[in-house]
Amino acid sequence: MQEALRFQPVDAEPVDRSDIRVQARQLRRGPEAATRGLSLTIRGLRKAFGDNEVLRGIDLHIPSGQFVAIVGRSGCGKSTLLRLIAGLEAPTAGNIAFGEQPRAQDVRVMFQEPRLLPWARVLSNVEVGLGRERSSADAQARAERALVEVGLADKRTQWPSVLSGGQKQRVALARALVSQPRVLAFDEPLGALDALTRISMQQLLERVWRDQGFTAILVTHDVAEAVALADRVLVIEDGRIAQDVTIDLPRPRRRGSAELATLEGEILKHLLEGSEDTQ
Amino acid sequence: MSLIDSLPRRKAFSSEVDAGSREENASKQKSGAPFRSDRNGNSSSAPKLPKVDGLIPWIVPLAIVLVWQLACVTGFVPSRVLPAPTDVALAGWKLLLSGELIRNIWVSFWRASIGFLIGGSIGFAFGLANGLSQLSAKLTDTTLQMVRNIPHLALIPLVILWFGIDESAKLFLVALGVFFPIYLNTLHGIRTVDPQLIEMGRIYGMTDGELFRRVIFPGALPSIFVGLRFALGIMWLTLIVAETIAATSGLGYMAMQAREFMLIDVVVLSILIYALLGKLADSASRALERLTLSWHPAFQKK
Repeated sequence: MQEALRFQPVDAEPVDRSDIRVQARQLRRGPEAATRGLSLTIRGLRKAFGDNEVLRGIDLHIPSGQFVAIVGRSGCGKSTLLRLIAGLEAPTAGNIAFGEQPRAQDVRVMFQEPRLLPWARVLSNVEVGLGRERSSADAQARAERALVEVGLADKRTQWPSVLSGGQKQRVALARALVSQPRVLAFDEPLGALDALTRISMQQLLERVWRDQGFTAILVTHDVAEAVALADRVLVIEDGRIAQDVTIDLPRPRRRGSAELATLEGEILKHLLEGSEDTQ
Repeated sequence: MSLIDSLPRRKAFSSEVDAGSREENASKQKSGAPFRSDRNGNSSSAPKLPKVDGLIPWIVPLAIVLVWQLACVTGFVPSRVLPAPTDVALAGWKLLLSGELIRNIWVSFWRASIGFLIGGSIGFAFGLANGLSQLSAKLTDTTLQMVRNIPHLALIPLVILWFGIDESAKLFLVALGVFFPIYLNTLHGIRTVDPQLIEMGRIYGMTDGELFRRVIFPGALPSIFVGLRFALGIMWLTLIVAETIAATSGLGYMAMQAREFMLIDVVVLSILIYALLGKLADSASRALERLTLSWHPAFQKK
């Protein structure tokens, strides 16, 4: 029964039934899943591009398996922080330490653009995510499992160009998940999607995070998305962490509930005050 | 396109009897499908009319031949200026029987393909090297750009001095002609591969070889095909000129010999054969394109 539910495409998920499904999933979650995520400690992190200092001293500890959202106005350095964590840029000063030395496939990034290879079919695109294990015997089986996870098993032989924007992003998610990463960094992955697809994608992200127990770092400009998904919201302003808000609300969170709206309002107010100061 | 074409017609027919215009509209709707064309100008195959669709590109050439025949038969064009298509066909038949035609076509085809292979592979190799390595590009690109601006046919006198009217002269000219379109388009294709995809490939731990095989080369392929089709055109052009000026066999030589003896039908015949060979080369490259670029939205059948 649980399996049958999991095979449903996320687009068709009725919102109200999700709590039953999440409970079922928690029962299924193995003991090792909870400890799969890597913890992360950042000390005195600075990053400058030429004269332009983007990050001016970030100190941060993220416990393993936490879902952290990073919000801030555009140009505040939130994407740079993410790229540093993912190892795509080298810091100017300071360091980033993981709880354990991560292997290459332990840290994965998902971008705003799906970045699928247009000349590879959906399944081969997912196999790319296996990194060095691409040539192993069970590569295809693992890629297929990841596609099932995001509800796109029936699209495995399609070209990416025939998929919708949301489906492409789900393939990109499957590619990021297939190597079973311990840290997954999202750089505004839902920024280019329409409102309804965004909501179903948010539910999908939350589901795979709870299933797989990785440490999730989500950069977003949408405060509502941040408070709906994250355990903790970091507000970055002028290259520093200006606010560290713990969202201590039970999951699954009801979209549009009063608590979420209050939290969202407080964070937004802070962000807007900041922007008035600079004007 | 079909909409614009049909606009004035629609107006003209609206003043006529109802039944007639309705019929016209129906036929317009039918014929609308084959005129739909995709980004590359290939007429898309309408599922209901596959046969008609395949014939449509040949309507215009056939019509030209018909008008030509008519003009010759009525004496509007004297046969000394332009022989009738039937005369050309007859000349072709005679040459075919004597084996001369086949031999000359084979010689030209051989020269074209060998020259193309040599020039194309060198151009492709330079395109790859300069697209992938900054050092190689710095070292050779300026030189190549200077050589590129010399019209390769201007080298004919020099080539005749070097090689005489030997086979190598023609091969050299063809190779030089096809080198640049292939070089430039391969280079352009590799330089314009989406850097986001390359970053993605690196993040997912692709080695340099894998990155080339899975990301860079497939990404450059559409551009390489543009170069290929340019090169095929230049290949025939170069060969015609080279064979006309300095050769003892081949289609161009056949045409020049025929001119000596005022055999205008053979001259026209060889020109037509060039047209057909050019079309053949283009169709072959298109087929290859469709085969290898099936992922590209422009080549997907909806």
